[in-house]
Amino acid sequence: MKTLSCLKVGLAFLAFFLFNASVFADFNATAETKETAQKWLEGKALAGEHVGLDDEDPLKIDAFNREGNTAWMITATALVLFMTLPGLALFYGGLVQSKNVLSVLMHCFAIACLASIIWVAVGYSLALTPGGLGDDARGWIGGQGQFFLQNLSKDSLNGDFPESVWITFQMTFAIITPGLIVGAFVERIKFTAVLLFSALWLIIVYCPVCYWVWCSEGWLFKAGVIDFAGGIVVHATAGASALTLAWMLGRRQGYPKSLKPPHSPGMVMTGAAMLWVGWFGFNAGSAAGANGSAGMAMLVTHISAATASLVWMFIEWRKTGKPGLVGIVTGTIAGLATITPASGSVGPMGAIVIGASAGLVCYFACGFVKEKLGVDDSLDVAAVHGVGGILGTLMVSFVGLEGPLGGLGINADTPGAQFAIQAKGCLAAVALSVVATYVIVKIVSAITGGIRVSEEDETKGLDQAAHGENGYSLN
Amino acid sequence: MKLIKSIIKPFKLEDVKDALSEIGVEGMTVLEAKGFGRQKGHTEIYRGSEYTIDFLPKVVIEIVVSDDLCDKVIDAISKAAKTEKIGDGKIFVLPVEQAVRIRTGEQGDEAL
Repeated sequence: MKTLSCLKVGLAFLAFFLFNASVFADFNATAETKETAQKWLEGKALAGEHVGLDDEDPLKIDAFNREGNTAWMITATALVLFMTLPGLALFYGGLVQSKNVLSVLMHCFAIACLASIIWVAVGYSLALTPGGLGDDARGWIGGQGQFFLQNLSKDSLNGDFPESVWITFQMTFAIITPGLIVGAFVERIKFTAVLLFSALWLIIVYCPVCYWVWCSEGWLFKAGVIDFAGGIVVHATAGASALTLAWMLGRRQGYPKSLKPPHSPGMVMTGAAMLWVGWFGFNAGSAAGANGSAGMAMLVTHISAATASLVWMFIEWRKTGKPGLVGIVTGTIAGLATITPASGSVGPMGAIVIGASAGLVCYFACGFVKEKLGVDDSLDVAAVHGVGGILGTLMVSFVGLEGPLGGLGINADTPGAQFAIQAKGCLAAVALSVVATYVIVKIVSAITGGIRVSEEDETKGLDQAAHGENGYSLN
Repeated sequence: MKLIKSIIKPFKLEDVKDALSEIGVEGMTVLEAKGFGRQKGHTEIYRGSEYTIDFLPKVVIEIVVSDDLCDKVIDAISKAAKTEKIGDGKIFVLPVEQAVRIRTGEQGDEAL
């Protein structure tokens, strides 16, 4: 039994290491995939079937699994891009007034394009390749070696699948993270400010935090932080930055007394559904392989989403008298955000606990931000993504333990020790997010002469005022 | 000739149209409107924030009829649009100076 659990812990660590894979493209299948292939071959041999593979040649097994991993990672990449285009765009679009829907779609689309170019130019290099700008910075930021992907070729590998796929997969994460922040500034921000802010934020906040957590040289990675798919890197940073930006930008006209309800709950649900499906790519893809780790990540992601949706629905039903559609899908997103850091470490029972916690905590977090803090984080980015991401990151210290909840194991020796690492990671990410957002907004504001549109434009609606188009031209 | 302008609840439109058909009124103009009277708005709650909806959707029906049909029309509309709850609406009667059928040029009662 002991050897088996040792093996499990070893495999879990291996899987964890894999998805952090550095650019040291060693052509080695993981122990896990090799083991799977071996079992498959043995099964076939027992059944008397000839498989055409020399089962003593590790290279052949590697090739067999490499293709599987590559195929899955390409698919996962498409799924995660789908989350932003059009998932997030529609989710946010439906929540605003109809006179601003086009502007929200525009923000998401433009940010996706901009983030892509920045990622290729400097982002990937700074976020995921070890190097630092000098040895002292080695734990804090990546190197320049892959600026403009200068060292990338068709045959470059990341682990056992193409580096080009890895770069694109990670790019979709770099796209959606600034996209999440859109929710904080809808209906009143200047478009130029959106572009400038997103570009600077990606380089100053996202790349460093990504490096800290997911590059093997990163200081948080080395400390043993568990963030499988981005509770810290994506959700905590986006949430904290959104709150800061919303606070600096100021409230929308008529907030809070004459707010308008979401103009299209159907659009919100459509977007949320796309996010749910795409999240399978987000979490299961973070296993960086077509294997049991990916399968379990997908399962727990789904369970958390479903649980959080129901919990939110029932809370809302109790508190307001009626179960709403916008509410239940918000619960879904809360569940998905919260399971994200834990999706490589928890089992199905743990996923239920996480989902339930997400539905409960994020529900009340929404009210807290809007009423107690009085900040118009318009689409609840901080309450859902920020709080959710941090919650999941912290909970994995306990829910990830092997035991009755079926966890797959944590890195530190005790849950307390793991919790300390997790908390450190969250605090560091939030601190950088808040401070950097503050500075970036000040800079952008100076360039654009204020990041907020005029009162007149805000009343007219950004679709017309900023983009000269109607979201709907219904005849 | 009189212009009869009725503000009613939207879901009552079909009933009113049928009732008017029965007494011989064949044409009408319908406008979608919003408004309120004694029937106040309501509050919706999304994600912990309250949204106050002051205006309610309404439908405005405009018909122009000859003087002798006026009382019958008012009666028909009232019966068909009534739900006996606040917000059923109102009917206004205005005098009409002239009416013209564009296709033929007929005027007055012949144009109706």
